[in-house]
Amino acid sequence: MTSVWRFVSNALCRITGRKVFPIFVMLSSEPQAAPTVSELLVDLSEFIRLTSPAVPDPAETWLQSHKQPPPSSTPPSLAPPVCTDEASAGLVSSMTESQLENPGSTVVVSNSLNEFTTRASFDIKKCDLHGLEAGPPLKTELSRDEGLRFYRTMQVMRRMELKADQLYKQKIIRGFCHLYDGQEACAAGVEAAIDPSDHLITAYRAHGYTYTRGVSVREILAELTGRRGGVAKGKGGSMHMYAPNFYGGNGIVGAQVPLGAGIALACKYQGNNQICVTLYGDGAANQGQIFEAFNMAALWKLPCLFICENNKYGMGTSVERASASTDYYKRGHFMPGIRVDGMDVLCVREATKFAADHCRTGKGPIIMELQTYRYHGHSMSDPGVSYRTREEIQEVRSKNDPISLLKERMLSSNMASVEEFKEIDIEIRKEVEDATQFATSDSEPPLEELCNHIFSNNPPLQVRGTHPWAKLKSSS
Amino acid sequence: MTSQNPTFYPAEDRVKMAASLRCFLRSGKNAVSALRRQAFHGSAPAAVQVTVRDALNQAMDEELERDERVFLLGEEVAQYDGAYKVSRGLWKKYGDKRIIDTPISEMGFAGIAVGSAMAGLRPICEFMTFNFSMQAIDQVINSAAKTYYMSAGLQAVPIVFRGPNGSSAGVAAQHSQCFAAWYSHCPGLKVVSPWNSEDAKGLLKAAIRDDNPVVFLENELMYGVAFEMSEETQSKDFTIPIGKAKIERQGNHVTLVSHSRYVGHCLDAAAVLAKEGIECEVINMRTIRPMDVETIETSVMKTNHLVTVEGGWPQFGVGAEICARIMEGPAFNYLDSPVTRVTGVDIPMPYAKILEDHSVPQIKDIIFSVKKTLNV
Repeated sequence: MTSVWRFVSNALCRITGRKVFPIFVMLSSEPQAAPTVSELLVDLSEFIRLTSPAVPDPAETWLQSHKQPPPSSTPPSLAPPVCTDEASAGLVSSMTESQLENPGSTVVVSNSLNEFTTRASFDIKKCDLHGLEAGPPLKTELSRDEGLRFYRTMQVMRRMELKADQLYKQKIIRGFCHLYDGQEACAAGVEAAIDPSDHLITAYRAHGYTYTRGVSVREILAELTGRRGGVAKGKGGSMHMYAPNFYGGNGIVGAQVPLGAGIALACKYQGNNQICVTLYGDGAANQGQIFEAFNMAALWKLPCLFICENNKYGMGTSVERASASTDYYKRGHFMPGIRVDGMDVLCVREATKFAADHCRTGKGPIIMELQTYRYHGHSMSDPGVSYRTREEIQEVRSKNDPISLLKERMLSSNMASVEEFKEIDIEIRKEVEDATQFATSDSEPPLEELCNHIFSNNPPLQVRGTHPWAKLKSSS
Repeated sequence: MTSQNPTFYPAEDRVKMAASLRCFLRSGKNAVSALRRQAFHGSAPAAVQVTVRDALNQAMDEELERDERVFLLGEEVAQYDGAYKVSRGLWKKYGDKRIIDTPISEMGFAGIAVGSAMAGLRPICEFMTFNFSMQAIDQVINSAAKTYYMSAGLQAVPIVFRGPNGSSAGVAAQHSQCFAAWYSHCPGLKVVSPWNSEDAKGLLKAAIRDDNPVVFLENELMYGVAFEMSEETQSKDFTIPIGKAKIERQGNHVTLVSHSRYVGHCLDAAAVLAKEGIECEVINMRTIRPMDVETIETSVMKTNHLVTVEGGWPQFGVGAEICARIMEGPAFNYLDSPVTRVTGVDIPMPYAKILEDHSVPQIKDIIFSVKKTLNV
């Protein structure tokens, strides 16, 4: 029966060029393209209105119950999803079965906008603790909106970095390009747990944070391609992008850590209840100046959240070959630390909230180690496979990808649909394409600007050029 | 002074006494008239004798009072009153928040100072001597100096790095290096080198008010030397523009250009040479970067002879840069002889007094060089 209808609908679609019978479209397993989700839903709700039986069905009851806080006596099959993997799988399968038997009612359940779970609770991995009695919670709540925002943010970062990879291989981006793909959950999770008025500073693998701190993809890519529309007018490049309360982008390994402690000192000095999130990598973790910063931050109780993004490799050197102790969250010794699953954006968010609260309540600095992974090599000149196996990379990609993890969670708890994600992907693709278009077509900085921005708030001065007759002008 | 002194005066004090004596002799006329004025009015003197140390202290005190974003950090700056007592009394007056003792972690606290400047404060970062700044030089150059440019004007770094620079007395090789050339090499930094109390106060105030990273090179041997400071220079708003040299003594026969302690040596040499009819024009650079080449050029175009005097090593030094600039500019055609550089000896600083004395320019070296340059 279903297949006959499917056949008819497909034929009609081909004739009319429009998906007229969306219910059959839903039941079909073919990938769908053209109509937007909203068009489909309008069609659907019309269809349902016309064809649904009047009798209130289990689906309706479920719909009612999930608009209010769920009553504890709700039968298990209709309880709002509390997602552990098995439970959600079971829920999905039970829904799917009933769909096929009762096309009218179940479509409402699975595909109308009101049908999505607006809020779900998830278990997150326990964090290892150092110098702390209690750590971040083991459960967190995620709203549909938050989830979609996370997905969007991470997917933008992913696509942006992959685009940078492409542009670098075309030699449109030159010099250093350290890509962040694989580590998106860190940037997205951290930003979700702090305020825009908080401060953040990181090292050279900075494109992700540049984005989460408010710089558009357009301005980031244009900076990478060295154009005047770049966030630093083309003068900074990959490692030197700045934004309000975002201090880069720093090229010298480890130097950003004392800087971050200094920003935290300014927060404490000014009494503004802000914190500074100071990031560094597993490679930088052995820098002496980091320990100097730890000492002073702890001594003066600076509101500094030190985060070690441990992606297992400092350039080509694995953590085992670089550090006598790879428990980076313990390296602060007298400073409390937590080790966090950096591939789970919710875990990162909860841990950051916990740690930020620690700093803000005057308890002093704290270290967070985010265990994460980078798919690319250290930089674009490193293929990334001479010191690790392709199998290892592939394994992380398939089992532990931060974007996939979030997507699967949301799908299995019915917080969003595959189509929605696809639509977001399409939007992002367009956004990145537009940004690329700008970044490759915008003009380079004018030569008149060569010597500008040497000094701030200074009368113009003369700068020596490459020879004595080249007397160049520098304005602030 | 013979080598057998019945009363032992520490080297620094002996030097200070000699310097004070010279200053008094040099400014003899002014000092007498100052005393006279004091006798007449019976009120606060128009001009006072202020040591370089006190001038620096006053500058910091006034700027700390003027702007609450200004603060001082460094080793021993607070409770010890400063390793060389330059920050005496400041901790008592301003407390822990504004005057911060740091652990011995130059790279760490210099980075912290730079970070705090990025986030809106105006730190004064003291290095106990600039020799220790080498530990932190990455923060000075890569984090402070270059940031405004790299960010295309988005991120300013209003910070002052200050401390004693160059040779002291008997502190040997690792504690005697002059960093004027090193820091002046780098765009994005301003490098200032005061000589007397007026320079010290005016330039430090200007440096603290400047929105850019300023390296402020003091000299330990000058801390205890007193100079007359006019009423104008005692004002709380007295600043000296960074990037402008001062002609300390007018002359027609030869231009002597120097910075920091050796300005005094040049003036002493000039006094001796004047007796032989050679009139030296002595220029106190005050700022090494950006260098006030115009003042030097104007002077050279008048005197036709140039001698540079510095305490640092000759290779790639301040004098070398002055030579290059003079050659590239209009003043070259006015030179009657090549520029002469009087510099420190190209060796690590030895310890023994006789060796140390012969490792830095002496007045007789300046006199000799002037005569050679003038071919007399």
